[in-house]
Amino acid sequence: MSRIVIYLPLFAAIAIGLAGWWGLNPDRDPNAVPSALIGKSVPVFDLLAIEGIQTAGLATADILEIDGPVLVNVFASWCVPCRAEHAVLTRMVQEDGLNLVGINYKNDPSDAAAWLAELGNPYSKIGSDRNGRAGIEWGISGVPETFIVDGNGVVVFRYVGPIQTDAALSSIRQELAQADEDTP
Amino acid sequence: MIPEIGQFALTLALMTAVVQGILPIWGAARGNAVWMHSAVTTSSLQCFLIFIAFGALMRSFIVSDFTVVNVVENSNSLKPMLFKVAGTWGSHEGSLLLWTLILAVFGAAVALLGRNIPTSLKARTLSVQAWISIGFLSFMLFTSNPFDRAFPPPLDGNDLNPLLQDVGLAMHPPLLYIGYVGFSIVFSFAVAALIEGRVDPAWARWVRPWTLAAWVALTGGIALGSWWAYYELGWGGWWFWDPVENVSFMPWLLGTALLHSAIVTEKRGAFKSWTILLAILTFSLSLLGTFIVRSGLLTSVHAFAVDPERGIYILGLLVLSIGGALTLYAVRAPKMELGGLFAPISREGGLLLNNLLLALATATVLFGTLYPLFLEAITGEKISVGPPFFNASFIPIMLPLVALMGIGPFLSWKRADLLGVYQRLKWVFVFAMLCGLAVWYVQTKGPALAVLAMAIAIWLLVATLREWSLRIKLGQVGIKDSLDRLRRVPRSSHGMTLAHAGLAVCMFGFVGSSAWKSEEILFVEAGTQIEIAGFDVTFEGAERVQGPNYVASVGVLRVERNGRYVTTLRPERRSYPVAQSQTTEAAIRSTPAGDLYASITEPANQEADGQWTLRILYEPLVGFVWLGSLMLVFGGLLSLTDRRLRVGAPKRKTQIVSPPQSLEKT
Repeated sequence: MSRIVIYLPLFAAIAIGLAGWWGLNPDRDPNAVPSALIGKSVPVFDLLAIEGIQTAGLATADILEIDGPVLVNVFASWCVPCRAEHAVLTRMVQEDGLNLVGINYKNDPSDAAAWLAELGNPYSKIGSDRNGRAGIEWGISGVPETFIVDGNGVVVFRYVGPIQTDAALSSIRQELAQADEDTP
Repeated sequence: MIPEIGQFALTLALMTAVVQGILPIWGAARGNAVWMHSAVTTSSLQCFLIFIAFGALMRSFIVSDFTVVNVVENSNSLKPMLFKVAGTWGSHEGSLLLWTLILAVFGAAVALLGRNIPTSLKARTLSVQAWISIGFLSFMLFTSNPFDRAFPPPLDGNDLNPLLQDVGLAMHPPLLYIGYVGFSIVFSFAVAALIEGRVDPAWARWVRPWTLAAWVALTGGIALGSWWAYYELGWGGWWFWDPVENVSFMPWLLGTALLHSAIVTEKRGAFKSWTILLAILTFSLSLLGTFIVRSGLLTSVHAFAVDPERGIYILGLLVLSIGGALTLYAVRAPKMELGGLFAPISREGGLLLNNLLLALATATVLFGTLYPLFLEAITGEKISVGPPFFNASFIPIMLPLVALMGIGPFLSWKRADLLGVYQRLKWVFVFAMLCGLAVWYVQTKGPALAVLAMAIAIWLLVATLREWSLRIKLGQVGIKDSLDRLRRVPRSSHGMTLAHAGLAVCMFGFVGSSAWKSEEILFVEAGTQIEIAGFDVTFEGAERVQGPNYVASVGVLRVERNGRYVTTLRPERRSYPVAQSQTTEAAIRSTPAGDLYASITEPANQEADGQWTLRILYEPLVGFVWLGSLMLVFGGLLSLTDRRLRVGAPKRKTQIVSPPQSLEKT
């Protein structure tokens, strides 16, 4: 028994060494975060509205109903970068006239309502994902995260983190234009 | 010419290391004293040669010699002199040279200062140290030569990464490396002891000062790095559980465990094989850290020039050193005889629990850091493990450890009297609980765990002070007697008090700044008013300022509290034209109660001229993080000056004292 314990550190070191050796593969980019959803249809989910506000809830059918590309934004009032992103999204809705829907991730309804009352509500529909179930369906790794769904109901793009820099904004605009073209 | 001398010195150092790696250990096996003693000469020579190489590189940076590729890529003639000097270790190649220099300095220090270490152990230790040197010197010469020439030489250099142009950088890597690399000598001691097949209390006594020195430097290095991220990088936080932070933290955790288990080995002859294992693993984690940082294996905010080929070379070094050491351990450890027996409730028992918890905490951090890599290797799925995992797993391990820290120093060796400890600590416990309730009353928002953590920190602080006051019998005997005792108590025990109290102070900062901070991010233009944590802040606009090698936009924020002027914050956004990058200089108003912290960046949208993204936050008690870290460092240093660690001192004293007595008799 103690013989095995004595060898344990060595085995752990070997396992780490093997993983490290594998990880050094030059084709591997540790910074890339792909999404399994790209090219697939919108995941199935059905969320109620946030209690205490007028905006309707969000379900898969709602996204499919909308003609043209839809921006699906995952946000929460406790997420600080969402605040910075919120202004950019609002501006995009006003200037570009895009379809923006929101998933309010793991958020207390009263906090979310207060947040939207303070900053304004650019979303046409918001689903309240209190237990994070829809977040799992969408495969998010954090908040904020933004997806583009084209007119056929296919997820075409995923952006992790706040849409705040010029580069992020232009890539979102480009993807939206692309999705618009592809829609019959 | 000078860079060639540097290169030549490095090559000679490699050859010296080869001799040092073979001759002394062979001499130890054959009992040849001359060969064993050669280690003193070779390790001093090796250190001297690497010093020359380091000096040569530093000179190239100081005179801005743009015929050297490394200088071109990391320096600029306009850069202030301090950062030209610091640029020496600002790049991959230069920092590697610093790494090997520190490795050689520790080797030479043991050779010259460790006079009372038995010749054979010293010879073996220095040979093992030379093997590590050979690995890193050859790595540098074959894959990352700092003296490569540029032809034709450019007119000016690309400048050092502006993020690194800060006094913090000038100090952070050297300190961190002294810590990291300092554990190499402990590793060498452990491997030498395994080869020799003998571990005794004396061994632990020789190893302890080196462990302590490395630990002090690592503590300082980590604290400085976190201070740097907070004040310079404008991240608005001091710890992010980033892989590169984790890899410096793991050797610290395990090194702390080693520091404590070596006490048991020294005093009671127990935990021998465990202490040896800790010595090996601590340095192994340092090496693993070097590997992760320089190979770009994991995604991190700390960008180093990444090159998979270098990664393969370091991985090879890791396999040889760690694999070799652990194999040797697995073969030799079962033969080690067991040390003294002890009851479960005793100083030994307490230190055992300390070690188990620290090892568990290290394993947790290691798991969290490498889990994304393992998962990707096995399933191809990419995830990142962030603060929620570490907070959820690490804190529940550390809180009991800190609670136990309050009791540990009260326990006696072999068998402790729990009832006696209880009687001495019950009022401390009641006091800590009352303080906890008071904190709860004042600060109702924020998690309940924060209140508990605060109570535990107070418990640790007061229990530590109580132990200290009992030791000097404060209040029980006259104040003069107490002062007399204060002087006679070994410095290492004052060091322990200071370090344990330092951790408690750190915890005030950890808890306050993470549980009760307030933060706002918003777009502002001249005249915008913000209210945060009782302060009224007015953004008065932004000014343009010209610096030596940058231009900056400076935001002006007027801060008032209850209508009274408090201060003006001036956060900067600097733009470095040569390096084509920007940095954020946060403006911070620090008080013991907390820091008001502001940083600005230009807005996302160019049409919004005159608008700025302002991030303003209030971090309660955050200054205690660094105050506590300083106490940890000074506690370690105090302990290091203990005469018991200044080897051989007590013996000499008895010799000096004896002659007068014999004179009296005659």
